[in-house]
Amino acid sequence: MMPDLGKYALEVNSSYVLSLMALGVIAGLYVKRNRAVRRVLAELEAAQDA
Amino acid sequence: MNSTPIAPTLSDRFWRLANPKIFMGWSSKLLPWIAAAALASLCSGLIWGYFFTSDDMRQGSTVKIIYLHVPAALMAINGYLLMFVGALVWLIRRQHVSVLAAKAAAPVGMVMTLIALATGAIWGQPMWGTYWVWDPRLTSFLILFLFYVGYIALWAAIEDEDTAADLTSVLAIVGAVFAMLSRYAVLFWNQGLHQGTTVTMADGAKQENISDAFFQPLLLSMAGFGLLFLTLLLIGTRTEVRARRLKVLQARERIE
Repeated sequence: MMPDLGKYALEVNSSYVLSLMALGVIAGLYVKRNRAVRRVLAELEAAQDA
Repeated sequence: MNSTPIAPTLSDRFWRLANPKIFMGWSSKLLPWIAAAALASLCSGLIWGYFFTSDDMRQGSTVKIIYLHVPAALMAINGYLLMFVGALVWLIRRQHVSVLAAKAAAPVGMVMTLIALATGAIWGQPMWGTYWVWDPRLTSFLILFLFYVGYIALWAAIEDEDTAADLTSVLAIVGAVFAMLSRYAVLFWNQGLHQGTTVTMADGAKQENISDAFFQPLLLSMAGFGLLFLTLLLIGTRTEVRARRLKVLQARERIE
């Protein structure tokens, strides 16, 4: 299943690993901050309504 | 006397989309679809490119880096141009959502620039014999990366939101020159190592420098990167809209 990357396997694989990691980290941070801000805002709005 | 309400024009309807409350409504409906499309196109483009394309005659298997390098570079430039538009809209129309979208786009654009620089360096070593050279395309991309960092740092350094929006918008407009230079550097100065544009779209026809076997997964990967950028842009802008409301409520609570 794995393609034969020959003598450039390190270059190709490291490009994919680094890029996917970077995309995963930025996506994770965006989702995490979104949830945190949404939770705090909901709590504050609920407290003010009460 | 009866007064007849004036019907909103197309322009009015367009700008109403940037109203924070209306933006939150339509973006929440659109977001799952865009996120699903981003995941599908990114996965299929990268899997196709990595597993099911052949090696290039001259570049060997390193040609597979193209499915990361080109889409990331494309979004690095387009991300900054999006910030430029957001900044202009803020300075001219004072639409909060536009400048918050620019703020949300910056970290994603910075990561795209970093991916383009890193994969370019990794690709450059076996092809050019060096990770880095002060080539016009590479140098202008490094400057673009520094503009992204500066833009994010400026937002973080200024406490007053409107002042931060004004100053970062000016920086976004200045930096847009470098975004355009990054795009056209290989045409302005031809003494560098970097090749010309990989994919050219002109007059609705595909003028290709690469064969279809490489072009089709590349197109899918480009769509994936673009949709992922859009997904994160919407998530980030929604977060910034909420964070702004949170600040207002907290300030009101302190006064009361």
